[in-house]
Amino acid sequence: MTTAATQIDIDRDKGDFKYEESHKYDAGIGLTEKTIDYICDVKGENDWIRDFRKRALKVFESKELPTHWATKDLENIDFNKIRYYLAGDKRAKKSWDDVPDEVKETFERLGIPENERKFLAGVEAQFDSEAAYSNIKEAVAKDGVIFMGSTEGLMEHPEIFKKWFGKVIPTGDNKFSALNSAVFSGGSFIYVPPGVKVSHPLQAYFRINAENFGQFERTLIIADEGSEVTYMEGCTAPKFDTATLHSAVVELVAMPGAKIEYITVQNWSSNVFNLVTKRAIAHENAVVKWIDCNIGSRLTMKYPGVVLKGRKARGEVMSIALANEGQHQDTGAKMIHAADETTSNVISKSISVGKGRSTYRGQVRMPKHLKGCKNNTECDALLINSDSRTDTYPAITVRGDKNYVQHEASVSKVSAEQIFYMQQRGLSEAEAMSLSVNGFVNDLTRQFPMEYSVELKRLIELEMEGSVG
Amino acid sequence: MSASLEIKNLNVSIGDKRIIKDSSLTVPKGEVHAIMGPNGTGKSTLAKALAGHPDYEVTSGDALIDGESILELEVDERSRNGLFLAFQYPMEIPGVSIANFIRAAKNARLPDGEELNAPAFYKELYEKMDMLKIDRKFTSRSVNEGFSGGEKKRCEILQMAMLDPNYAILDETDSGLDIDALKVVSDGVNALRGPGLGALVITHYQRLLEYIVPDRVHVMYDGRIVKSGEKELALELESKGYDWIKEIAGNAA
Repeated sequence: MTTAATQIDIDRDKGDFKYEESHKYDAGIGLTEKTIDYICDVKGENDWIRDFRKRALKVFESKELPTHWATKDLENIDFNKIRYYLAGDKRAKKSWDDVPDEVKETFERLGIPENERKFLAGVEAQFDSEAAYSNIKEAVAKDGVIFMGSTEGLMEHPEIFKKWFGKVIPTGDNKFSALNSAVFSGGSFIYVPPGVKVSHPLQAYFRINAENFGQFERTLIIADEGSEVTYMEGCTAPKFDTATLHSAVVELVAMPGAKIEYITVQNWSSNVFNLVTKRAIAHENAVVKWIDCNIGSRLTMKYPGVVLKGRKARGEVMSIALANEGQHQDTGAKMIHAADETTSNVISKSISVGKGRSTYRGQVRMPKHLKGCKNNTECDALLINSDSRTDTYPAITVRGDKNYVQHEASVSKVSAEQIFYMQQRGLSEAEAMSLSVNGFVNDLTRQFPMEYSVELKRLIELEMEGSVG
Repeated sequence: MSASLEIKNLNVSIGDKRIIKDSSLTVPKGEVHAIMGPNGTGKSTLAKALAGHPDYEVTSGDALIDGESILELEVDERSRNGLFLAFQYPMEIPGVSIANFIRAAKNARLPDGEELNAPAFYKELYEKMDMLKIDRKFTSRSVNEGFSGGEKKRCEILQMAMLDPNYAILDETDSGLDIDALKVVSDGVNALRGPGLGALVITHYQRLLEYIVPDRVHVMYDGRIVKSGEKELALELESKGYDWIKEIAGNAA
């Protein structure tokens, strides 16, 4: 491992280092049917999935970029210059000892094996297109919990996988879900049997190491009746000069009475286009909670949603987005009420620093025939400098008079006088700013798991340090 | 070199406007000095300029702590060098508890990589709160958010007690306080008095000086220190009024 150390580019940021590439499998540059054949051949996939991918490619090609409502920066993605599949090995290892040194060292520097020992029930660590490591603690596996890569899930448990795959988010949902459907690789497959409560979180870590690369993981989580599971994902990439694409699709299914908590700590470098589709179906009495924290990236577009399909289902989105200089965080939530007495709660906090831009887009839909539905939406924006920008686009469609919706929005600013006050107490300008930001998100992060809020606080500090230079 | 907060022929402008004019003053460590003067005469400007507020430009003269000029130092460096400013209008910091704020300020004084010992910190915090007669529930409230005038000023004194400065400037600490709150705040300042602290108390009214008895009194008018004297000067000023000062200022100019 000491030999590898000389090849590392180290920066102050925890995630900003990379190793020389050594990929055994490389689908080459650009996207055609041949790319898909290559991926299918390497993975040894069945024909139905090959067909599924090829149909998705056609959908992807036929759809326009959503620039009629989203940023024109999307036009800067050159789909012909991206590499769509890069893997060192197509099978994940169950022991860190079997993982190649440079990959293992990457995850060690990101603290993954340490966290696994401390508080996780299982870990999957993806390096470019495939998971390098995947393991679930024996006690959890004994309860019948399945936790593996989506390719393995697809092959080993087709009876569960096929039933839900692409059902929560259809291929044609948007251009990027179609792209993912065509070239997806990696991501997690989780199944929790009825009544099983997984006491510790399952964690996945997504690492992009290669330049000009697109990571397209596909995650499918099914919590069967009355079960409970918490899933955490982290993501990083080193800083490259060229744009990198991350376009995931995440589908969650909470069967009656089940509870899923999905936590994201995203810390992409500032060249990553992060265009992710995340949605859940919540059946009767089920609860789905998305905790979504977006730091870094060049452009993030992500609106986690819950389709509240069963009576008394509940959906929550709690999100924090930090848009630093040159970044655009376009995030929000979707709550689709489709049964009586369903409730949803959206709390969104965004921070814009310098010329950073944050956008909130919310969609709440309650059709006329429903009764007793409730939604609460709060979106708060904090501006750090006078040229920061924030926009809010809440779309609330409520028909009928038997439902209840509440919406609050606020914009506040960290003033020069506030910073002066804090600096007078001995805090540097960066410390003062990060303290204000942490104060702003505090009422939200208090509700997060401890390990997560500590990590978040640290990331905010790093970001603010960088922003004052 | 003497242990003092020293202002030498200081001139301060805001934009094109000259506010502080050629003022000099020395507060030796261990003494409490008061600056009195009518509103709009430059007292608060002096306080903010000494703390290093970016809007206040020192055009000439010097300000020194223990013989070393502080004018080139950043706001936070001056603070860590032992200068504390109790604000006339303390700022709110939503979501940041008083305990966390003071802890961050104390952490900023430690060398890189060192962290404050949490139990020791809370022990000290509670001791100082008891001394200042502040309810312990106070610590979990966000800094100054929704505070009454009296609470804000008490919060300032608590921060001062915890940061243990060598020199403190109290800017109109009495403004907006009723007599009970005034007593509590004054008791706090008096409790912190001692050989290790030099204090400059800025006030519009003589009233505060009944509770915080100064070693010396300076009178400011139109950006200048026009008269300095013993504590009796405050009483003289009270009885003769600020017109008397205008006369002195007129003669001096």
